[in-house]
Amino acid sequence: MAEATANGLGQHTLHGAQAHDAAATGTAPAEVHQEHPIKLYLVVWVWLFILSACSYLVDYVGLQGYLRWSLILIFMMLKAGLIVAVFMHMAWERLALTYAIILPPILVLVFVAMMVFESDYTLLTRTVFFGTEP
Amino acid sequence: MADTTLTHIGQTQPRPAGLRGVAADWSSDQRAFKNVSWGKAMMWIFLLSDTFVFGCFLLSYMTARMSTRVPWPNPSEVFALHIGGSNIPLILIAIMTFVLISSSGTMAMAVNFGYRHDRRKTAILMLLTAALGATFVGMQAFEWTKLITEGVRPWGNPWGAAQFGSSFFMITGFHGTHVTFGVIFLIIVARKVWRGDYDTGRPGFFTSRRGRYEHVEIMGLYWHFVDLVWVFIFAFFYLW
Repeated sequence: MAEATANGLGQHTLHGAQAHDAAATGTAPAEVHQEHPIKLYLVVWVWLFILSACSYLVDYVGLQGYLRWSLILIFMMLKAGLIVAVFMHMAWERLALTYAIILPPILVLVFVAMMVFESDYTLLTRTVFFGTEP
Repeated sequence: MADTTLTHIGQTQPRPAGLRGVAADWSSDQRAFKNVSWGKAMMWIFLLSDTFVFGCFLLSYMTARMSTRVPWPNPSEVFALHIGGSNIPLILIAIMTFVLISSSGTMAMAVNFGYRHDRRKTAILMLLTAALGATFVGMQAFEWTKLITEGVRPWGNPWGAAQFGSSFFMITGFHGTHVTFGVIFLIIVARKVWRGDYDTGRPGFFTSRRGRYEHVEIMGLYWHFVDLVWVFIFAFFYLW
């Protein structure tokens, strides 16, 4: 393997390693793909802090009902999206991989729907047989 | 051998746009993930299966909570801490969230410096990530101790539905285990970076194969996933 020969020759410097990467693949230096400015990560980091603070405030302020649940879900999805897209580099991956990874978890929603019906039924039978008082 | 391919070959293989391109990549007699190395693809597939594991945990928690006639304990009060004469709701959980997000941030920067072959900064940032992860586990141990002394058990608790305890220990226990293993692997990879294994091509002690700086990114994928799971646990278990 090309890697073995290159290393066998003692090209251990940083520059040597990069040159060897390029030589092994016959293309431009390897790091083109995932090299983003540090600033991008800092911005995402700050946004994650803001969104976390917002979802904590939902509880702190004591919102209830549908407003509470929808806000929790919105902040959760935004955070998850930022982590997957930027931190995990999914935004720059090839579409074939992105779909293979992102689509299956969405199908879990079918499972969720099934279990919602199931729990409603369980609650109904419990209420019927044991009464409303715990 | 096939393992010489290549997340970062820097060339994008041509493909039709949109869904047509996905179909073309998945067609027969070829690799589906063209420019993705096997290491990264396998980590993603492992994370996908792990998603289902945690998905099932959260689903069983949802089912238990929706189907019980007994009121669910209010997490806002259960996880409140008594600081400075007043109860602050969920404060420890909020701090844990910020700690884990910070560790994700340092990990992302470690990956970035890894691709620049900056050994020193990469290793330091990874060790910082591991330290934040260990802090998280420590706070979780504190949380568990507090709840157990207050009488929470998998089969019951003083405030309401018995399933609260079992869901709590199951979900946070598995997540904490993931964080712990992440910390261990972070330290191992950080040591390899520090020693220059990925520059010299020193064989791994277990696989006897030469590592690449891509390992830092694969390690990062796992760590960000742990953070990702916590986002969902925080929303569904603690805030709901």
